[in-house]
Amino acid sequence: MFEKKQLEEIKAGRERFDASAVKSLAKNPERKEKFTTGGGIPLERLYAPDSLEGLDYEKDLGFPGEYPYTRGVQPTMYRGRFWTMRQYAGFATAEASNERYRYLLSQGTTGLSVAFDLPTQIGYDSDHSMAQGEVGKVGVAVDSLADMEVLFGSIPLDKVTTSMTINAPAAPLLAMYIAVAEKNGIKADALGGTIQNDILKEYIARGTYIFPPKPSMRLITDIFEFCSKNVPKWNSISISGYHIREAGSTAVQEVAFTLADGIAYVQAAIDKGQDPNVFGKRLSFFFNSHNDFIEEVSKFRAARKVWGRIMKERFGVADKSAQMLRFHTQTAGCTLTAQQPENNIVRVAIQTMAAVMGGTQSLHTNSLDEALALPTDKSVRIALRTQQIVAYESGITSIVDPFAGSYAVESLTKQIEEGAWEYIKKIDDLGGMLTAIEKGYPQQHIQDAAYEYQRQIESKDRVVVGVNMFHVDEDDSARQLLRVDPSVGENQAKKLAKMKEARDNVHVKGTLDDIRKAAQGSDNLMPKILDAVHTYATEGEICGVLREVFGEYKENVVL
Amino acid sequence: MAENKIRVVVAKPGLDGHDRGAKVIARAFRDAGMEVIYTGLRQTPEQIVETAIQEDADAIGLSILSGAHEHYFRAIINLLKEKNSADITVFGGGVIPEADMSVLLGIGVGAVFGPGTTTTECIDWLKNAVEEKSKKK
Repeated sequence: MFEKKQLEEIKAGRERFDASAVKSLAKNPERKEKFTTGGGIPLERLYAPDSLEGLDYEKDLGFPGEYPYTRGVQPTMYRGRFWTMRQYAGFATAEASNERYRYLLSQGTTGLSVAFDLPTQIGYDSDHSMAQGEVGKVGVAVDSLADMEVLFGSIPLDKVTTSMTINAPAAPLLAMYIAVAEKNGIKADALGGTIQNDILKEYIARGTYIFPPKPSMRLITDIFEFCSKNVPKWNSISISGYHIREAGSTAVQEVAFTLADGIAYVQAAIDKGQDPNVFGKRLSFFFNSHNDFIEEVSKFRAARKVWGRIMKERFGVADKSAQMLRFHTQTAGCTLTAQQPENNIVRVAIQTMAAVMGGTQSLHTNSLDEALALPTDKSVRIALRTQQIVAYESGITSIVDPFAGSYAVESLTKQIEEGAWEYIKKIDDLGGMLTAIEKGYPQQHIQDAAYEYQRQIESKDRVVVGVNMFHVDEDDSARQLLRVDPSVGENQAKKLAKMKEARDNVHVKGTLDDIRKAAQGSDNLMPKILDAVHTYATEGEICGVLREVFGEYKENVVL
Repeated sequence: MAENKIRVVVAKPGLDGHDRGAKVIARAFRDAGMEVIYTGLRQTPEQIVETAIQEDADAIGLSILSGAHEHYFRAIINLLKEKNSADITVFGGGVIPEADMSVLLGIGVGAVFGPGTTTTECIDWLKNAVEEKSKKK
């Protein structure tokens, strides 16, 4: 970016600066011997034009909305429209969660995000023995279309977009969403939203898998194909680094493993004869926004650049919007402290700024009490207000990609990019992400990073304010926390039994048999699953049939 | 006691997939010289108790971040009693509100460690708890 002569002068200046900085160390030593980012990337004391030697503006950055999209996916970014403010929510029953959604919408959220309880995420109905104690705890219990009708009652599905964190059973839940819309006279092609549908990171980091990799990948590509044809505005997957980071990975690993998962999905769909120029447009991503502000801003920019290159060069994708990495962000849950929880508001604000400086399309901000329990109405409101303050008051939304050209940010963007390519190459060498997971490769790297992170906290190399420094004795037992009534499980099971009596069980059985046949063959499963949910076949029944045909995944325990 | 390694089962009961804490603490116990059996995800209380008995464990550490802590701690403590294995110490950690901690301690859980606990605290507590127990024998 700089003329040769200019660079030489700057390099001479750098030598001068280094010499005088080192000289001053004797009198004023630095706080640490080595400085690194939160993710462990070594940092220079100072970044200057010579740090960007070789950087080519057109090639490496380009303009927003143009390849390689380092500077963003839209030309006007937040000058046009803010990101979607989308708070992940759901607990107890469909009634309680519907009330929370309507509250959030009344407070200015612009999209919904559904948290399902663990039995729903793992394909068990509320009356299953494995569901005991878990119904309604980390999200809402949805057994059948009947629950889904209540969950989205009085919410205009043609006007809001909905994100659903559902992976192994993404097909039946998407089918239920389409069915609710149809019942309200809204056609599938008018629906906007996202299903997570990302099984690989479940094996790596999140744990709500059901089926083995091969049939899981088939379900995913079936959904891609079905959505391309029938729900064209729907993001058919949200390839997620969030949970990889929460499990302890570094920023570079988060980018690398997420994009390597992305490569596996694109390849699987291409192998099925699908066109990446078409389904590529509906791939979305999901990243974590952690504490290290500069590193995080750089991370988002690097991720866009690497993905653009993967789509264009590796898969030969010509369609511009299929080259673009569009992403949702959530602030880092693992940075929240149970001690002095109000401090979390500040952490979330910093992480929000990083996500916005990094060009996110949508954002969830965590609530201050989430290291203790699910958030209360009040704490969710503060989290949402944090986004609104950044959007409306901070001014950072008036300039597109405001950090571009910062010597530090561009250097880190490049370093993260190079680090990610190294991992991606290693995963390619292992034979792709599926094999890498089988070998425990990403799991091992994440665990090593998590252990190192904990070790740093314990040695105070990493300071957590209010935990390993600035600690106070506090009695927090009187804090108002959200509690899920223990009767939810029992009531949900009763409701389910009643619903099963009222429906046409012969019809249900017929549609379940059709799913079994389709699963044994190679027809797209989505239309059969859609038929079944219309008869009020339950999620557990549908997943039960698929379990019979596909079998279940056994965790490859890596320690 | 000094020559006998502490044997501890680190378990993830139920459907919760958050295993960062379980794996970090398992590794820390191992680095502290203990024999660690990590179960992996999706364990039923029966499987966990079975593993602990078969492995002749001194203790079971449960990691739960799904809010289902009371259900699982209760089930495991009851099963241990049924199988005459109540001498196995049960402890745990995760996202557990302060008010629930006293409930768990009341049903016989040895210790509950919340977010922010150091691995050293857990190691020291466990060593001490196992030692105390062996003195009583």
